[in-house]
Amino acid sequence: MKEKNKFNIFEKMNDTNLLLTITIVIFFLMYIGAVLFQGGGFSKPQMFFNILNANAALIITACGMSIVMISGGIDISVGGVVALVSMCCAVYLDKTNSPNILVSMLIAVGIGLLYGLVQGFLVAVLDIQPFIVSLAGMFFARGMTTIVNTAPFNVENQAFVALKDTRVNVPFLGSYNKKGIYVPAYIEIGVIVALLIVILLFVVLKWTKLGRSFYAVGGNRQSALMMGINVRRTKFLSHLICSTLAGIGGYVYFLHVGSGSASHAMGMEMNAIASSIIGGTLLTGGVGNIIGTFFGVLSLSTIQNIVASAGLDEAWWTGITIAAMLCIFLLIQSVVMAQKKKAIKT
Amino acid sequence: MSKQSKGNILGAFKAIASHQLFIPILALVLLAVVNLIVDPSFFEIKDVTNNAGYMVKSGALITILDYGSELAILAIGMTLVTAASGGQDISVGATIAIAGSAMLRVLCGGNSRPDTIQAPIIVAFLVACIVGMLCGAFNGMLVSIFKIQPMIATLILFTAGRSIAAWINNNELPIVPDPKFAYFGGFIPGIPIPTTVFIAAICIIIIALVLKFTNLGLYTQAVGINESSSRLNGINPTFIKFLSFVILGLCVAVAALIKVSRLSTINYSVIAKDIEMDAILAVALGGNALSGGKFNIWASILGAYVIQFLTTTLYKFNVPSDALAAYKAVVVIILVVFSAPKAREYMEMFVKKLNPGRKEAA
Repeated sequence: MKEKNKFNIFEKMNDTNLLLTITIVIFFLMYIGAVLFQGGGFSKPQMFFNILNANAALIITACGMSIVMISGGIDISVGGVVALVSMCCAVYLDKTNSPNILVSMLIAVGIGLLYGLVQGFLVAVLDIQPFIVSLAGMFFARGMTTIVNTAPFNVENQAFVALKDTRVNVPFLGSYNKKGIYVPAYIEIGVIVALLIVILLFVVLKWTKLGRSFYAVGGNRQSALMMGINVRRTKFLSHLICSTLAGIGGYVYFLHVGSGSASHAMGMEMNAIASSIIGGTLLTGGVGNIIGTFFGVLSLSTIQNIVASAGLDEAWWTGITIAAMLCIFLLIQSVVMAQKKKAIKT
Repeated sequence: MSKQSKGNILGAFKAIASHQLFIPILALVLLAVVNLIVDPSFFEIKDVTNNAGYMVKSGALITILDYGSELAILAIGMTLVTAASGGQDISVGATIAIAGSAMLRVLCGGNSRPDTIQAPIIVAFLVACIVGMLCGAFNGMLVSIFKIQPMIATLILFTAGRSIAAWINNNELPIVPDPKFAYFGGFIPGIPIPTTVFIAAICIIIIALVLKFTNLGLYTQAVGINESSSRLNGINPTFIKFLSFVILGLCVAVAALIKVSRLSTINYSVIAKDIEMDAILAVALGGNALSGGKFNIWASILGAYVIQFLTTTLYKFNVPSDALAAYKAVVVIILVVFSAPKAREYMEMFVKKLNPGRKEAA
């Protein structure tokens, strides 16, 4: 009887909600586990906000990645774009006369847009596999970053540093330090940008024609075409949005680290893909959720923090645990989806 | 239209252009011509005395054959994986680190500075093969049994691989004391051609024989084109996919032998970095569909050497190694755009628009 009930729930939920629920439940279990067994830092709200602060850029790029993945593509150039954006902005702010912060933001978004236009054109109009296009895009961005400037350096522009150090206090969630002084919890500006983007994209994906067409194209290209959706335009837009978000994410990243370097955001594309998958986006397309991606990023960085605070700080443990977690998530997804298919069939 | 133009030069050109080997060969010829114009000494092959005091051949072409061999070996496995599973293995670089690390662990026996090697080289190589195949089997299991997309399944080892490699040797960098070990990535005394060329040749011959005398190639294509119909025809798609990943694991072990032997040591974070991208590019340059199905292993191998040719050419033009990627990307995009069927269609339409009288004339 109980078994039957379980399957009923499976039947009622669609793929997106099922995977999303799994992700959120696992994230909370993990975080509660961390608080219970490690205590210390994890019980303070600031720990959570620090995770947000450090990963605002990843949240933004992972959201873009999810949109591309939902519409059935992939973009592995985002890490390169982030590095390129931070290097270009750093050079602009530090090596030119009378730089303007607003112009540097425009540069960031402009680079993202340009990347999106080129990659979207190659993928949607010329029908080249997105993997190859963005692979070349990644190479190009990484190479261009070193061509723009080889040596890493910190930006000392005052207006920028002021913006970088701006902290938004979160009410009621501060903590008392050892001397008993109240320390308010804070988030950086990047986090606000990231949260706004998450909400905006959630609304777009859920309630607009464009958002639904991403799902339709990713789910089944042929039937989307028959439904009268402009598949080419949808694909183009998915890449445009992803690269633009990578540009914005690049600026947020730049705002967090405050320097330009060719080795910035190494492997960020893989983290973004991993977050999307943990968040329940399927690489085959058609299934995914922005909220899931958000929790995917949180899960990924929580596990990193757990590993770091458990004293296993030898570098290799981080890689191995993230991989192990990814593996577990993938297996759960795979098993659950298989169960669901069986449940529907019988 | 095609009947009319058949027999004349245009038709013949079209037939050649649509052949799968056309793009890699065209790229090779283009690169060769550019080099010939800029600096004809590119093609010189000189006899020089190497560090060990033997006469060896030296020159850019030898370098290409030498350093292209790992890529060519990986391209063999990658082509099979791509054809069978319709996805790519992005963990090959990390798996090279694991297999190489295991090899060093066996050779040096846990001591990072041994005076003699602790086990015969062949044993170490066999261990590396087993480790490589296990990694391949892990990927293969995730892809074939759990039906996870290949790129995502291999993302696991991609993330963990270099960490596992460091963990095998306790993050130490053992140095192999035996000069014989360096033969595999360098020269055997008395033979002026790099050993890697022979290793690559042996691998290519083996895969050629396998494809010739077994049904592996046919089954792989069948699974890649349509999994369900291949199952109805009595092929086990799960096994074929699994097998392709194990074969790639074996290729990775051979590549690891070469890579580790070149230096007689290992650097976990740098060894074979980005080689997975080059291997996938080799497959794509060879005109193989990255979504699986029909494949041409010769085109992939040729593609691997084209990429190495490009890399060596760029180095000749004093491009710094960090900036190499940007130039590579431009070349790759140009090649891919020209080989894309859609782009060709547009170009044909454009040519027709330019001279509408052409058809009547022909």
